[in-house]
Amino acid sequence: MRLKLEARPVPSPAMRYLSPLLAAALTVVVGFVVFSALGQNPLAAFRAFFIQPLSSTNGIAELLLKASPLMMIATGLAVGFRANVWNIGAEGQLIAGAIAGGGVALYAEGMGAGGLLAVMVVAGALGGMVWAAIPAFLRTRFNASEILTSLMLTYVAALLLSYLVHEPWRDPQGFNFPQSKMFDDALLFPILVETTRLNASFLVALAVVAAGWVFINKSFLGYQMRVAGLADAAARYAGFSAKRTIWIGMLAGGGAAGIAGLAEVAGPIGQLTPSISPGYGFAAIIVAFVGRLNPAGILLASLLMSLLYLGGEQAQIELRLPSAITGLFQGMLLFFLLGADVLINYRLRVVRPVHAAAATAAGKAA
Amino acid sequence: MQDATAAATPRLSLRGIRKAYPSVVANDGIDLEVVPGEIHAVLGENGAGKSTLMKIIYGVATPDAGEIRWEGRPVEIANPHAARSLGIGMVFQHFSLFETLTVTENVALAIDGAKDLAALARRIEEVSQRYGLPLDPRRLVHSLSVGERQRVEIVRCLLQQPKLLIMDEPTSVLTPQAVLKLFETLRQLASEGCSILYISHKLDEIKALCTGATVLRGGKVTGNCDPRNETASSMARLMIGKDLPVCAHAEATAGGEPRLVVAGLSHKSDDPFGTDLEDVHLTVHSGEIVGIAGVSGNGQQELLFALSGEEPLAEPFPIRLLGAAVGRMHPGRRRKLGMGFVPEERLGRGAVPNMSLAENALLTAHRAGEMVRGGLVRADRTTAFARDCIEKFTVKCGGPEAEARSLSGGNLQKFIVGREILQAPQVLVVAQPTWGVDVGAAAFIRQALIDLRNRGTAILVISEELDELFEICDRLAVIAKGRLSPTKRTRETNVEEIGVWMSGLWPGAHTDDIGSSTLKAAHAAQA
Amino acid sequence: MDALVPILVATLAAGTPLVFAALGELVTEKSGVLNLGVEGMMLCGAIAGFAATVASGSVWVGVLAGMGAGAATALIFAVLTLTLQANQVAAGLALSIFGVGLSAFAGKPFESVALPSPQAFGIPGLADIPLVGPVLFAQQPLVYVSWALFGLVSWFLYRSRAGLVLRAVGESPTSANAIGYPVIGIRYLATLFGGAMAGVGGAYLSVIYTPMWVENMTSGRGWIALALVVFATWRPGRVLAGAYLFGGVTIAQFFAQGAGAAVSSQLLSSLPYLATIIVLVLISRNLNVIRLNAPMSLGKSYHPDG
Repeated sequence: MRLKLEARPVPSPAMRYLSPLLAAALTVVVGFVVFSALGQNPLAAFRAFFIQPLSSTNGIAELLLKASPLMMIATGLAVGFRANVWNIGAEGQLIAGAIAGGGVALYAEGMGAGGLLAVMVVAGALGGMVWAAIPAFLRTRFNASEILTSLMLTYVAALLLSYLVHEPWRDPQGFNFPQSKMFDDALLFPILVETTRLNASFLVALAVVAAGWVFINKSFLGYQMRVAGLADAAARYAGFSAKRTIWIGMLAGGGAAGIAGLAEVAGPIGQLTPSISPGYGFAAIIVAFVGRLNPAGILLASLLMSLLYLGGEQAQIELRLPSAITGLFQGMLLFFLLGADVLINYRLRVVRPVHAAAATAAGKAA
Repeated sequence: MQDATAAATPRLSLRGIRKAYPSVVANDGIDLEVVPGEIHAVLGENGAGKSTLMKIIYGVATPDAGEIRWEGRPVEIANPHAARSLGIGMVFQHFSLFETLTVTENVALAIDGAKDLAALARRIEEVSQRYGLPLDPRRLVHSLSVGERQRVEIVRCLLQQPKLLIMDEPTSVLTPQAVLKLFETLRQLASEGCSILYISHKLDEIKALCTGATVLRGGKVTGNCDPRNETASSMARLMIGKDLPVCAHAEATAGGEPRLVVAGLSHKSDDPFGTDLEDVHLTVHSGEIVGIAGVSGNGQQELLFALSGEEPLAEPFPIRLLGAAVGRMHPGRRRKLGMGFVPEERLGRGAVPNMSLAENALLTAHRAGEMVRGGLVRADRTTAFARDCIEKFTVKCGGPEAEARSLSGGNLQKFIVGREILQAPQVLVVAQPTWGVDVGAAAFIRQALIDLRNRGTAILVISEELDELFEICDRLAVIAKGRLSPTKRTRETNVEEIGVWMSGLWPGAHTDDIGSSTLKAAHAAQA
Repeated sequence: MDALVPILVATLAAGTPLVFAALGELVTEKSGVLNLGVEGMMLCGAIAGFAATVASGSVWVGVLAGMGAGAATALIFAVLTLTLQANQVAAGLALSIFGVGLSAFAGKPFESVALPSPQAFGIPGLADIPLVGPVLFAQQPLVYVSWALFGLVSWFLYRSRAGLVLRAVGESPTSANAIGYPVIGIRYLATLFGGAMAGVGGAYLSVIYTPMWVENMTSGRGWIALALVVFATWRPGRVLAGAYLFGGVTIAQFFAQGAGAAVSSQLLSSLPYLATIIVLVLISRNLNVIRLNAPMSLGKSYHPDG
């Protein structure tokens, strides 16, 4: 008697929606175990992690604030992932966008012109796209793996930002701290809800998600990219340009990440500092997968991931656990999702050994 | 015709073998018997369950029910290693070779316990000479022709002194002359006492070679016979339950205008293991079907990639479609000019396996079916097109929303061919139109091509099945080592001549300049 | 001349974690499995090694712990991709992200713990040869182990039957299965070996190279190791050479800063990453080089027949 994975004749549509839920549930369960092992009361920890952050207006605002960059970046990444274009360097593209848009803000200091915020957003998107264009170019022209090149550029982007805020862009009035001047108020995103930090970038994020949904599900170009991801020989047979697929795949993620980066520095942070993102670029990869590479799912998954971030902060304050626990849960969530996904194409069967059946048949034939 | 005195214990005996997969029962209560020295055919069309049965005998799969007896004793064949130690060898249809390793290394991997590669190399040379299958053990497999690779597969088995040799569709990669050589080898083996299981759907070969046959249809045994006493049509009746369908093929009307002109096409293959094309000349006129015969690996892939545009050329001129020089254009633009194309791989190239038939219609028919407006896909039109295709080409499936991979080989091929035909192409290029397709669907597809020709389309068919080419083509050519022979009217040639040409030996085939200009003159006289 | 010696010594030392991780990944990839989680496995090895050394006082216990941690994390990846048929790229990314998170979490208590610097081991006699002596023969014992590993992997892949079988599996798992080799089992072993070696590389970093624990201390070395395998066209000798090349680039920044070069420290720090991009471009330019050398089934899911 043993368990066997048997291929389903048709993949199960129900499991497609259930597996992210299953993965989330498993993460919670393991979380309980981890908390107990750390000597914490699991229920108290659960409350601190999942319930507390949602229990006030400010909490919900923070939830949406953190979810904004996640949903934006994940939507852009999903466009590429569906086409087997693996943009892993979103974190670097986020930084590049922040540098580009932040650079505009610093240069325009004192000009106070309206509409400059829009210019900053465009600059942010362009900055992210330029940073993503490098791996795209290296892949289309030299066949270099975009996974490795985009990742290497993440480190370079972080070093570039560090250089800028330590040297040329350092605030002369900043007591020698590595940070830029604060941006003018006119150059920050307007706050949406009083007394919270939730700003208009949330609306930009929703717009990006909506545009992504239309592109992926309804446009011909989106169809071409899906074909490229599912069967690249078929895409070639159909005449869909592989180069164009790579460019769009990388630039979509780059542009979205760039806007997200700009939204961080022209939002809650208000200036350029060496560390502007708690790993949103990487967390967005997980959001993209948990959201099934579909903007609607990504919306929900970004809320879950945002909750994990907030929970990690709460756990640090209330339970004295290191905030690195967030990264641990994020990784676990993705693992469980990949594991649960197996049930879409396979089902578990209990198998009786062949010996018994064959012996019976032989007995009958004799 | 059993020898009464040698009422020998059968070498292999299968009783009631059953194997079910989630979507199909591949083998349902199969009985089979082979005696020593017998060449026994396992006959059936594609999808009848032959491959599954062989996998069970070779230990790659285990039966759900049934009994296997080897030389009278019941056995369980748990894996190929166990099969080999019993004395069973298998020559696979799709070779199980490793391209970047040498012949010796490939053989060593299949022989348990081989340590001394030098001694093994000497044995390989010996055995390959003895059975008329010469091989150089030091060569890398990727540099061997398909026929030579099959020799490696066979020699690999012979080195283990098999008592039962399973040959799975061995002749699809051989020229007619090479097939005769193979039969000599097999007869030599049988005379030494080895039993041979010969899997095939080619009735003429089975009649020529085999002394016993088990016929499979839909996973069950529909009969046993001695092919020497049967006719092709009586075996066909056992195989498919009715007579072999014949195509209604009227003579092509002459005088069509040239629609596809290939002139001086030379192209280096993108694949490091591929075949380079050399100075290919070909013209296909409207209202005719031209066929290109050839054993796989002689440049068909490269020619098809060049014609379809999947591998664009450096120059636009070698390929002219309705007068326009299209050598550099990608497939989408060529389709716009009126070319249709059916590739040899259905799943993964001709259709996306995980997408529905409606979405697969979008793959190539979007222009003809007006499926895109303002950059957005019109789902109503893709569904309508798919439904139209399903009806007109009798595609058995779960409707336009059915996933491509849920269709049987024959039905998916009908869909893909139908999709291209419904776009009313001026030129249609088809590769291996009925490979892996059941007899009924194959006949349907061939008739569809003939009907399309009658409506004026220029059709080019590249196929490894000589029978098929002789059945539907008006003119024939042969591709060998990247070069294309002159064409000949089908009525004016026969299988033997084409077989000779398949070794590259057509009149005027030289590698020097004088030869190729003779070739050009010969082509020019034809066009 | 004398100034060259410390640079070369440091270059070899700096390249050693890459030697371990890249040779391990080479074996994994030769079987057809692409494991992108090297960074995560190295970090888990680093923290496990550090913790074990702190607890036991022995460097070698730490190295063994690192090996075990690397293999354990590789096991998760192996189950997901080989048994559960998950996409190898996604699972590898998940492993990296998870490894970063797990090591950061587990490493919190160790952040300000200091370990003594281990002693280099000079081979008597050989270490006295001018120039070559101190560079090659007065290194940490684990450096010598890395050379032994290189020899072992080379012999295994090209001179042993087991290595031939492994290469065959990476070439064509369907053919290997048809002949009767346990493809999944062989891939499991190759993947676990790769993880164990990545773990040793990480432990070397935290226990010997810079004896301390800092979150994310591999700083991308795992990813560089992946690029290194491609750059070396899957050959052990070239992996060794490439690892030391990168070791040199990493060292260059320290020596340049020490020599008072007027270049920003960030630019120097970015050199290894830029170098990685450049070598990747150089080797990938010619598609045929990759096609001829990469294991044919690399990264593709293998579905055994029912």
